[in-house]
Amino acid sequence: MVCVGAGPAGLAAALEAAKNGVEVVVYDENDRPGGQLFKQIHKFFGSKEHRAMERGFNIGNSFLNEARELGVDVSLNSVVLGIYENGTLNVMIKDRIEHVRGEKILVATGASENMIPFPGWTLPGVIGAGAAQTMANIHGIRPGDNILMVGSGNVGVIVSYQMLQAGSKVVAVIDAAPKIGGYAVHAAKIARVGVPFYTSHTIKEAHGKDRVEGATIIEVDKNWKPIPGTEKRFDVDTVCIAVGLNPMSQLLGMAGCKMIYVPNLGGRVPAHDVNQETSIKGMYVAGDVSGIEEASTAIIEGRIAGLAIAHRLGYLDEPGFLQQRDVQLKNMVGLRSGSHGEARGKAKEYLNAMMKG
Amino acid sequence: MRIENHPILGEFEKGRRVEFIFDGKTIEGFEGEPIAIALRSNGVMIHRYTARRNEPRGVFCAIGRCTDCIMVVNGLPNIRTCVEPLKEGMVVQTQKAKGSEGSSE
Amino acid sequence: MAKDSSITGYLSEDELKGRPGIPSEARRRKGAVAVLECLEDIPCNPCEASCKVNAIDVGEDITTPPRLYEDKCVGCRTCVPICPGQAIFIVDESLSDNKATIEMPYEYQPLPEKGEMVTALDRAGQELGVATVTAVKKTEKMDRTATVIIELPREWSMKARAIRLKR
Repeated sequence: MVCVGAGPAGLAAALEAAKNGVEVVVYDENDRPGGQLFKQIHKFFGSKEHRAMERGFNIGNSFLNEARELGVDVSLNSVVLGIYENGTLNVMIKDRIEHVRGEKILVATGASENMIPFPGWTLPGVIGAGAAQTMANIHGIRPGDNILMVGSGNVGVIVSYQMLQAGSKVVAVIDAAPKIGGYAVHAAKIARVGVPFYTSHTIKEAHGKDRVEGATIIEVDKNWKPIPGTEKRFDVDTVCIAVGLNPMSQLLGMAGCKMIYVPNLGGRVPAHDVNQETSIKGMYVAGDVSGIEEASTAIIEGRIAGLAIAHRLGYLDEPGFLQQRDVQLKNMVGLRSGSHGEARGKAKEYLNAMMKG
Repeated sequence: MRIENHPILGEFEKGRRVEFIFDGKTIEGFEGEPIAIALRSNGVMIHRYTARRNEPRGVFCAIGRCTDCIMVVNGLPNIRTCVEPLKEGMVVQTQKAKGSEGSSE
Repeated sequence: MAKDSSITGYLSEDELKGRPGIPSEARRRKGAVAVLECLEDIPCNPCEASCKVNAIDVGEDITTPPRLYEDKCVGCRTCVPICPGQAIFIVDESLSDNKATIEMPYEYQPLPEKGEMVTALDRAGQELGVATVTAVKKTEKMDRTATVIIELPREWSMKARAIRLKR
């Protein structure tokens, strides 16, 4: 099995497959494994089965230890350039290109950040929320002293909290939508230390000549149109953009997978069945690349894909596979319900249905 | 800008302190950390100027994806400084336009 | 249109009143009790799992907000650092008619010290006034979430939910 991406989904799949005896190689373009897990320093939600209460980086470390024990080969600085017929992949490892073949392939390439353009958005000091997280939680450096957060989804509110923990001041969290997008408890955590929210507000401009020296926000009406005269200016050195993620599904598109545009899952995603297999036999997907969700759902999808691959390769018998898969599917139910999860769950059902029709 | 004592992460593991050269000036960073992080800890925000409009650019994604932070490193242009590890004695230059080998002009 | 927590980011006292996670004043006067400020249907149940006296109920559907059985709760504080949403506080109004203590999670540096005077903040981050730190707890089991106990006027017991250090 060849796994593209060593984030939560890829590692979970690799572990399930390897536990059953499958030979696994995992490629990741970064110089560290774990994807975004090591930037997640808060305790996870969910229940015991979802490793709730554990911080993301602890989950990442335990995955890596397990992978080492199972002899999973994790190849870093390895960019998969393309996937071709018969399961052939081109992988650029440092300065050379290798051809490898996997009997089964899992694509777990994750997501990239959405951006919004506005005057001044190219100034040094305008950064992605992911960049803020990487700087503070991996490299131990504050991205700025005074930060405006654009976007109040879970990424926006969680990264705002992380910036406070890093010692920065978050002057405001704004969102063009009329309501806060993230979990109420995440919003409450930063509100109680004095971070104000401005819903129905968008960023009008980032000021400065060589770097960000301030930012102006403006209220928007029901049709998302800015309302002149409602501008507010903040003295900030950093504008952080957290306006959603989109699946990094290019490899799948190039390989010829049936792709569908699903706004509730963040963009163009591969149709896949309940075992995470795409329209191309033997090619599986898991995690954000198959629809933007969360680390906990990515782990479960990865496990399902890993089990399915082990089964198809003859390492796991049918009853064993179905029994273990159904435990995972049961664990998924709670994560795809409630006001934050239900729409994603429905969208996933639609993707499953598109495999049949 | 460096976080001294993080409430969750404690102290950050870093390589040894090394000197490198940025636009002719000797400054310090930690070996193995991305060049961009060492620069940021010295207050450097501008990594390059664009080709057509000569606008400043700095770190944007910090994971090697957007290429906004590219600079001339040891004479090679277009090096993604947010992922390229710092080494002792590196010569780092603000990149003008597309850069060219051996110079920042 | 009234501004509720989906716009402001913080729960108002009206939104919390009578909710299944909120103990009565009579119960708070008897001694330490958990206050579960978690009203949203998010998938989460570590509070229930952590409670040794079964005073917190989420149930099979983990998106159900937690219910507190105030007579079962012994105010043991186990759930405070456990809650990933930092939405659980221990309030004790049994000390006297005009004093109360609140235990709250704290994940910033530096930690306050016992005896230190700090500024108590309400859910909106507005200053209420001075509170005194009576204890700071941080054990390995709490996995880096410290908790801070502050003593303050009883009228703030259901208002104060954060602190700001004066130094």
